[in-house]
Amino acid sequence: MKRVKWATVLLAFAMVVAACGGDDDDAATTTAGDAGGTETTAAAGVTGELVIESWRNDDLAIWEDSLIPAFEAANPGITVTFSPTAPAEYNAVLSTRLEGGTAGDLITCRPFDASLELFDQGHLASLNDLGGMANFGDVAKSAWITDDGSDVFCVPMASVIHGFIYNADIFDELGLSEPTTEDEFYAVLDAVAADGNYEGLAMGSADQWEAATMGFQNIGPNYWAGEEGRNALIDGSQKLTDAAYVDTLASLAQWADYMPNGYEAITYPDSQNLFTLGRAAIYPSGSWEIGLFNEQADFAMGAFSPPVKSAGDTCYISDHTDIALGMNAASANADAAKVFLDWVASPEFSSLYANALPGFFSLANEPVSLDDPLAQEFVSWRGECESTIRNSYQILSRGEPNLENEMWAVSASVLNGTLTPADAAQRLQDGLDSWYTP
Amino acid sequence: MTQTTVPKAVKTVTGGSAKRWRVPRHVIVFLAPAVIIYTAFMVYPLLDSLRLSLLSDEGVFVGLENIRELFPGGNLSNTFFNALGNNFMFFAFHFFVQNPMGLLIAVLLTQPGLRGQGIYRTLIFAPTLLSVVIVGFIWQLILSPLWGIIETPLLGKTATALPTLSLMSVWQYLGIPMMFFYATLVGIPEELLEAARVDGASGWKIFWKITFPLMLPMIGIISIITYIANLNAFDLIYSVQGALAGPEFSTDIMGTLFYRSFFGQQLQIGSTAVGATVATAMFVVILIGVLVYLFGFQRRVTTYEL
Repeated sequence: MKRVKWATVLLAFAMVVAACGGDDDDAATTTAGDAGGTETTAAAGVTGELVIESWRNDDLAIWEDSLIPAFEAANPGITVTFSPTAPAEYNAVLSTRLEGGTAGDLITCRPFDASLELFDQGHLASLNDLGGMANFGDVAKSAWITDDGSDVFCVPMASVIHGFIYNADIFDELGLSEPTTEDEFYAVLDAVAADGNYEGLAMGSADQWEAATMGFQNIGPNYWAGEEGRNALIDGSQKLTDAAYVDTLASLAQWADYMPNGYEAITYPDSQNLFTLGRAAIYPSGSWEIGLFNEQADFAMGAFSPPVKSAGDTCYISDHTDIALGMNAASANADAAKVFLDWVASPEFSSLYANALPGFFSLANEPVSLDDPLAQEFVSWRGECESTIRNSYQILSRGEPNLENEMWAVSASVLNGTLTPADAAQRLQDGLDSWYTP
Repeated sequence: MTQTTVPKAVKTVTGGSAKRWRVPRHVIVFLAPAVIIYTAFMVYPLLDSLRLSLLSDEGVFVGLENIRELFPGGNLSNTFFNALGNNFMFFAFHFFVQNPMGLLIAVLLTQPGLRGQGIYRTLIFAPTLLSVVIVGFIWQLILSPLWGIIETPLLGKTATALPTLSLMSVWQYLGIPMMFFYATLVGIPEELLEAARVDGASGWKIFWKITFPLMLPMIGIISIITYIANLNAFDLIYSVQGALAGPEFSTDIMGTLFYRSFFGQQLQIGSTAVGATVATAMFVVILIGVLVYLFGFQRRVTTYEL
C-alpha cells in the first residue's frame, strides 16, 4: 500500500516536471522562430523602458515567454515589462496609479465606459494618428472610441465569439448534424430528448449571466440584425419592446424544456462540468471556453453559429470586443509606447496572441491562421456572418437601473418561466426609459 | 520621573486649589490604543461615509438628494425596499428559528443525566468556526439538482431561495446563541429549581416561571446581536448567489445592494455617493433597532441577582 502511494507521488512529480519542461521548450522555439522572421519591422532609433498595466495575470507567462521577447528582438533598445494586477482590483488600482502619476506606459483597456472615463479624464492618449489603427474595422474599434467617434484611444487586442459548442460523439451516436436554422436546432434538441440518455443543453440560470450572455446575446443578433438593431436602440428608433427583442426572449424561453432538471439552481461551473463529463449534447457558450474544454473534455467537439430563422437568411454573430491596449497620456516614453502599440496592431502580434490563447480572437481585418480546430471553426463565422457586439455594452448601461444587470435578471426569469417574454421586454424598456433619452 | 510627579499630583488634590484635575498618565496610555484604533477604523469611516452620502459623485454638496432616491419616487426606491424587506425576512428566520432552537438545545443540554453532553455541544458549535464560503459551497452542492440529494432547485426559485439561504445561515450560527444560553442556564442556582420541584412544580412550569425570566436579559442581548449581524449580512448571499442576489433579486439584502452600488457590477460603474447613501441607510435602520431595544426592552426587563 505504502509503496503504491509513493509511486503515485513520484509519478505525479515526474509528470509535472515533464509538463514544465515541455512548455519551456515550446516557448523557446516559437520565440526564436518569430524573432527571426520579424527583424525587418524594427523601428530604428527609439529607445525606452515600457511597463504594461493589465488585469490578465493569467497571461503573464504568455507575455514574458513569447510576446515580449518577440517584440524586443525586433526592436532593440526598447525593454518591456508586463505588470498585471488581480482582475477584481484592476480598475481601482489603475485609477489610483494614474491619479498619482505612477502608472505604467501602456494601459490594458476594459471595453466601453471604464476606458472612456479614463480617456475623458485625460489619462489615456488619443491614438488617431497611430498607423496600425488602419488594420481595424469600425466594430473592432467601437469599444474604445468616443461617443461621437472623433477619438479612438486603445488598440483592439481580442474579442470573444458567441456560439454553440457540441459533443460530436453524441451527435454521431444519434446521427445528428449541425443545425443551421432554428427549426433544425429544435429538431436536434428533440432528438436528444427522445433518446433520453443525454441532456439537450448544458445550461442553468442560477448565475444569471449565462442566461443573458450565452442565451440572449448569443442568439439575439440574428433577430435584431446585428449592428443595425444595436445602433437603433442607441438612437432610439427601436425599443426593447419591439418584436425582435420579444422574439429573442420567447425563443430563449423554449430552451427551458431542453435544460437539465432543476436548471434554476444550476450554476456556470455546474454546466461546464455537465458538458465536459459528456452528459449533455450542446453547450451554449462562447469561444472563451475553448482552452478549458480542450483540457477537460475527452470527446470530439464541434461548434455551430447561432441558428437563423429560415435557411438562407444572413447570419449575425456576437463578436464581442473584450480587451485592448492604450497609452498613458503622461508616459515619459511616448515614442517607444507608440512603437509597441503599432506592433500590437500588426498581424504578427495577432497571430502570436490568438494562438497562445485559443478563443481570444484578433480583431484585425487581416485573418489570422489558428492552430486550434475549434477556434478555427469559431473564427470562420466572421467570413460567413455579420459581426456585432453585445447591445447593452455601449452607452446603454450607464444609468440606474443598469441595463446589463436587468438583462441578466430578466433573461434568467424568462428561462425560469416566472416572467413572460413580453413583460420582460417591457421591464427592460421601462428601466432604460427612466434615465436614458436617445 | 515618577517620583517628582506623584507628590505634585497629591499636592493639587490635597491643596484643593482651582488647578484642573489631571488625567493620570497610565489611564491615557491604556486607553490610547483602543481609542486611536477605534477612531481611525470605526468612527472616522462612519462619519466620512455619512459625509459622502451628502455629496454627489463629483464631490458637490447635494444635501439629502441622494437619500431621497431611496424613497418612493426615487430611482432606487424599489431596489432598496426590496432589499430592506428581504433583510428583515432574513432576520426573522434567525429570530424565530435560530434563537428558539438555540434555547431549546441549551435547555436539553443542561438536563441532568444527559450523556455525551460535551460531544453534542462541540458538534453543534463546530459549523460556526467554518468559513462562510465553505458553508455556502457545501450547501450549494448538497442542494444541487445535478450532484446533490434533491431534485427541486431550492436556491433557484424566487419563493424558496431566501428561506433556504436563511436556514443555511441558521445552521451555521446556531451554536452561538446555544453557547450563550447554555452559559446562562448553567449559572442558575440548582437550589431555586430544587425548591420549585419540592413545591410540586412541573418541568414545564419551572421553565416558564423560573428559568425563562432569569434568561430574559440574555435573550434580549442575543436578539440585538442577531439583529445587528443580520442587517450587516453580506457574505453568505454573495458567495452563493453572487452580487446580483438572484433569482430576480429575491435574495438581495442591503449588504449586496451596497456592494453593487459602491464597487459596481459588470457594466455598472461603482458610485461612492449611492454606496455611501445605502451604507447610511443601513446605519440608520440598525440604529433605530438598537434604540428600540435599549428603551423598549433593556430598561424595562428585570434582572435578578443570583
